[in-house]
Amino acid sequence: MNSSTSLNEHPAKVTGWQLFLKTVIARAYPRIIGQQREKSWMFFDIVLPLGGVIAYVLVYKAIGAPAEYVGFVVMGGAMTAFWMNVLWSMSSQLYWEKEQGNLALYIMSPNSMMAVLLGMALGGMVATLLRAVAIVLLGSLMFQVQYAVTNFLQLLAVFTLAMAALYGMGMMTASLFLLLSREAWHLSNLAQEPIYLATGFYFPIKSLPFWVALGASIIPLTLGMDAMRQLVFPSGFKIGFLSVGVEIGVLMALCVLFLVGAKLLLGHMEKLAIREGRLTESRR
Amino acid sequence: MTTATRHPSRKLTCSSGSGAGKAGPALATLFAEAWRSFRLATWLGWQIESNWADPFLFAIYSIIKPLSGAAILVVMYGIIAKGNFTNPLFPYIYLGNAFYIYAGAMMTGVSWAVIDDREHYKTLKYMYIAPIRIPVYLLGRGVARFITGSFSVIITILGGVLFLHLPFDVTAANWLLFFLSLFIGVIMLAMMGLLLGSISLLLVHHVGFIGDAVAGALYIFSGAIFPLDVLPAWLRPIGFAMPITYWLELIRRSLIGEVAQAFPTLSGFSNGQLLGILVGLSLAFGAVSIVAFRFCDRRARERGLIDRTSNY
Repeated sequence: MNSSTSLNEHPAKVTGWQLFLKTVIARAYPRIIGQQREKSWMFFDIVLPLGGVIAYVLVYKAIGAPAEYVGFVVMGGAMTAFWMNVLWSMSSQLYWEKEQGNLALYIMSPNSMMAVLLGMALGGMVATLLRAVAIVLLGSLMFQVQYAVTNFLQLLAVFTLAMAALYGMGMMTASLFLLLSREAWHLSNLAQEPIYLATGFYFPIKSLPFWVALGASIIPLTLGMDAMRQLVFPSGFKIGFLSVGVEIGVLMALCVLFLVGAKLLLGHMEKLAIREGRLTESRR
Repeated sequence: MTTATRHPSRKLTCSSGSGAGKAGPALATLFAEAWRSFRLATWLGWQIESNWADPFLFAIYSIIKPLSGAAILVVMYGIIAKGNFTNPLFPYIYLGNAFYIYAGAMMTGVSWAVIDDREHYKTLKYMYIAPIRIPVYLLGRGVARFITGSFSVIITILGGVLFLHLPFDVTAANWLLFFLSLFIGVIMLAMMGLLLGSISLLLVHHVGFIGDAVAGALYIFSGAIFPLDVLPAWLRPIGFAMPITYWLELIRRSLIGEVAQAFPTLSGFSNGQLLGILVGLSLAFGAVSIVAFRFCDRRARERGLIDRTSNY
C-alpha cells in the first residue's frame, strides 16, 4: 500500500529553464562529487601530468634554459589536465555513453542534450581545476617557480574565457563523436602530442612561425596560456604572441563561436545519428 | 572433490601456463602451443591496433603522433640553443626519445591487453578457457604494439636525419651491437609489460593508467631525454637500477658512437660491460615478471577477477 502510494506521488513537474538547470546540476554532480570518491583517479590525474612537467623541466635544465621556462612548463602541465579532460571526458564522452548503453537513455529522457553537455562541462571544469591547482602548487614548490602577477583582473578574465571557450569546443566536438565508434578512442589519442606542440604547452607559442601560431589559436588554450604567461611571469611580456587585450577579444569571440556551434552541431548530429541508427550501435 | 583436482592435467594444458609439472604435455607440444598462442595473439593485436581506419588514415596517425612528440623536444631545444643542433646533447635527446617509443608501446601494450580483453571486449574469460598459454598470448598482444612502435621509431629517426641534421652515419653505425641491444631490449620491455599486466589482473579502477604511469616515471629515471646527472643525486640510483637506462645508452652508442659517450653518466662502462648489465637486469626483471604472473594469476582466479567488469 505504502509502495503504491509512493509510486503515485509524482514530484512536482519541472519544465523549461528549471528542468534545464536541474539537468545541468544532475550531470555535473558525478563529476564534482563522484570523481573525488575514487582517490586513485585523483592520484593519477595529478601524477601523470606532473610526470610530464618534471621530464620537460629537466630537459630545459639539461639544455641550460633561463629559469622562467621552468614556470612555462609548470603552467603548461597544469593546463594539460584541462585538455585531457576536454578530450577524454567531453569530446569522447558520448562515445563512452554509447558503449555503456546510456546514450539512448539521454536521448529518450525529456530534457535538453545541451544541458547534459553543459553539466558535463561545468562538472569537469571544477573537478579538473582542483587537479590543475595541485599540479601548479607541487610543480612550483619542486622547482621554486617565481610568479609576478601584473593584473589579477585580466588574469581572471583570461582564465574564465579560456575555460568557457575550451569547454564550448569540447561540447561541439562531443556532437561530432556521436557518429564515431572505435575510431573515437584513436582520434582522442591522436589529439594529444600534436596539440601539445601546436598550442605551446611547454614553450612560448611565439617561437612557432606566425601562421602556425595563428592557426593554433583556434584552440582556446593557445591564446589563454600565452596571455596568462604574459600576466604571471616577470619576463612574460617579452614572449607574448599578441597583446593581452587582443587575446581577450579573440577568446570572447571563440566562446561565442563554440557555444553557438555546439548548439547547432548537436541538433544536426543528433538527427543524423538517429536517422543512421548510430545511437545504439557498438562496433568494438 | 573439485573439478580442478579431478582433472589436473586439463588445468595444466589449458590456460595459464602456471605449472608445467610431471603431468604436463611434452616439450614439443608446449612449444607448439606457445608459438600458436603468440602468433595468433600478434595477429589479433595488429588487427585491433590497425583496422579501425583505412590504411591511409592509419599511416597518417602513425606518422603525426610520434613526430609531434619529437617536435616538442626539438622546438624546446631549438629555442634555447638558438637553432644550434650540433651540440651532442641534441642527438642524445632525440634518439633517446625516439627509442623510448618502444618502452611506452611494449609496456602499455601488454598490460592494456588485460584491460581491453577483460573490460572492453569481455573476452578474457574465453581466452582463459581456450587451449592457449595466457602469458604468451599477452606477450603476443604486446608485439603488435612493437610493430606499430617500429613505424614510429623509424619515421622519427628519418625525420631527424632528413630535417634536423641528426649526426647518424649508416656506414659508421655498429649494427651488430644495435640489433643485439634491440633484441635484448625488446624482450626486457615485454617482460616488464608482463609484470604490469600481472598486476592489472588484480586491479580494476583506472588500472589502464598503470602502463602510462610506469612508462612516464621511467621516462624521467632512465635518462631517455636528459643525462641522469641532471637528476638530484638521491634519485639517480633508481635510474641505475633500471635496464632501460643501459639499453638506451647501448642504442645511442651503436648508432652515433662517440657522440653518445660525451656524457659522463655511463662513460666509464665499456659496451661489453653495458651489455652484461643489461642482460643481468633483464633476466632479473624477467624472473620477477614470471613469479608475479603466477602469483597474480592464481589470486585473480581465486577471487573471481578474470571476468570482472567495472564499466571503466
